[in-house]
Amino acid sequence: MQRVVVTGLGAVTPVGVGAKAYWEAITAGQSGVGPLTLVDPEPVPSKVAAECLEFDPTASLGPKEARRLDRSTQFALVAAQEAWEESGIEGGVDKDETGVVFATGIGGISSLLASDAVMREKGPNRVSPFTVPQLMPNAAAGQIAMKLGLRGPNFCTTTACAASNHALGLAFQAIRHGEATAMIAGGSESAFVQVALIAFGQMTALATKFNDRPTEASRPFDALRNGFVMGEGAGALILEEREHALARGAPVHAEVVGFGQSADAFHVTAPSEDGSGAALAMRRALRSAGLAPEDVGYINAHGTSTPAGDVSETKAIRLAFGDHADRLAVSSTKSMIGHLFGAAGAVEGIATVLAVRDGVLPPTINQTDPDPACDLDYIPNQARKDQVDAAMSNGFGFGGHNAVVVFRRHQA
Amino acid sequence: MAQSREEVIETMKDVLASELGVEADKVTADARFKEDLDADSLDLVEVVLALEEKFGIEISDDQIAGVKTVGEAADLVISKQTAVG
Repeated sequence: MQRVVVTGLGAVTPVGVGAKAYWEAITAGQSGVGPLTLVDPEPVPSKVAAECLEFDPTASLGPKEARRLDRSTQFALVAAQEAWEESGIEGGVDKDETGVVFATGIGGISSLLASDAVMREKGPNRVSPFTVPQLMPNAAAGQIAMKLGLRGPNFCTTTACAASNHALGLAFQAIRHGEATAMIAGGSESAFVQVALIAFGQMTALATKFNDRPTEASRPFDALRNGFVMGEGAGALILEEREHALARGAPVHAEVVGFGQSADAFHVTAPSEDGSGAALAMRRALRSAGLAPEDVGYINAHGTSTPAGDVSETKAIRLAFGDHADRLAVSSTKSMIGHLFGAAGAVEGIATVLAVRDGVLPPTINQTDPDPACDLDYIPNQARKDQVDAAMSNGFGFGGHNAVVVFRRHQA
Repeated sequence: MAQSREEVIETMKDVLASELGVEADKVTADARFKEDLDADSLDLVEVVLALEEKFGIEISDDQIAGVKTVGEAADLVISKQTAVG
C-alpha cells in the first residue's frame, strides 16, 4: 500500500478566503458568524449565519465563468485552484493519473430555485440553459477536472454533513491502493435559500437564541447551546502519493494515515444516543491507520452545537478511546465558522492538518457554561500550543453516516 | 419601431459583453459566436434569451440554428421586430 501525504491546501471560509487567512483567524479564536444577510431574514427563525462575505466571484473567476456557476461551485473552484497552486504540482504530475473527489451536502439549490422563480414569473422559455449544470451535486468535481485537465478518478460524495470526510477518505484510499498518483479532495456548500433555513428551523436544528449576539450563537459543548449556525464555504486538499511528493520536493503538510466509516442505522436525523455508531467509525479509522487510541492527541470534533449531537459525540469519543479520552484535546472549529454541511469535513480537515503541522490546536470558542454531559477537554476559548503526533477529524451526517479521517505529523 | 442594423448591433454589444464576458470591441457584424467570441451551445441559448428579453421578441430554436455571426443574429432580430411592429 502506498503512503499518502497532503501537499496543498485551499479554503473559502466565513473567516477569510485562503487557507492561511482561515488558519490565522481560527487560531486567534475569531468568529465568522454575523447577521443573516444572503436571504431575507424576516420569516427565518435563526437570523445568524456564517457567510463568506469577503468572497468576490468575479475577481476570482472572471465575469463569464462566475455567471455560469452556482455559488457553491465558485467556492470549490477557487479553493481547488489555491490548493493546486500551493502544492506546486502543475507540470510535476501525470494528469491522467490525478483525480478529484468533491463533496456537497445539498448541491446547487439556490440556482435551482432561481430558475424556478424565473419559470413562474417570466415563463418556461426564459429558464437558463445553465440550470442543470449548476444544480447537479457533481458540478464541482467536473468543473475542477475541466479547469485543471485532470482525467483520473472523478466523482462526488453527498452524505450530508459527512460528505467531505467521505471525499477525503475515498481519495486517500484511491492513492493508497495505487488507483491515482494525486487527488484533489474536498467539499463545497452554499445553501442560503429561505426554504433551507426555514426547513432546518422546523427541525429545531438551528440556533435561535442568539439573534442579537451572532458571534455567540455557535457554542458546541457549552450548556447554553441550542442549535447549529448555517455556514457556507469550501475546502480543498491535494493528496499525493508520498514518494511522488518527496521526489518532486513538494511541501508536505501532514500524512493521511487512516479512514473509517459506519452507519448509525438508528434515526434519519438524531445521532445514536450512546454514540456507538460514531465510535465504530473512529475505531475503524484507528485500525486503518495502524494506531492505538493513545497515539492520538487531538480530535477536530463534528461538534455542531446541537443539544443532542454534542452529547452523543462526547459519548462516542469515550467509547472509542476509553481512558485515553480524558487525555485528548478536542475542539469544534464550528464554534467559529458555523456548520458548512458538505464542506465541513474538508475545511475542518485543513484545520486538523495544520494543527499537527504547526503544533497549535484551535479552540472551541463561546465556552462559558460547562455542560456536565459534555465532559472532555474542549480547548476552551483559546488556542493551545501542543505538538501532537496524530489527530482525527470527525464528520457525521443526517441519514446516520459517520466518516472519520486520521492525519499524522509528517516526518521526512 | 424597427431599429437600423447598426443600432441593433450596438445594443447587442452590451448584451454579449455581459452574457459572454467578451470585450464590446470584439462584437462586430462579422464576429462568429463560436470561433471569435468563445460561445458554446449553452452560451448561445443564454444569448438568445437575453436578446428576446432586450428586444421583446421570440426566437425559435429552428431560427437560431443557422445563425453563426453577430450580423446574422442582428438580421434575425430586425426581421422579428418588423414582424411584430
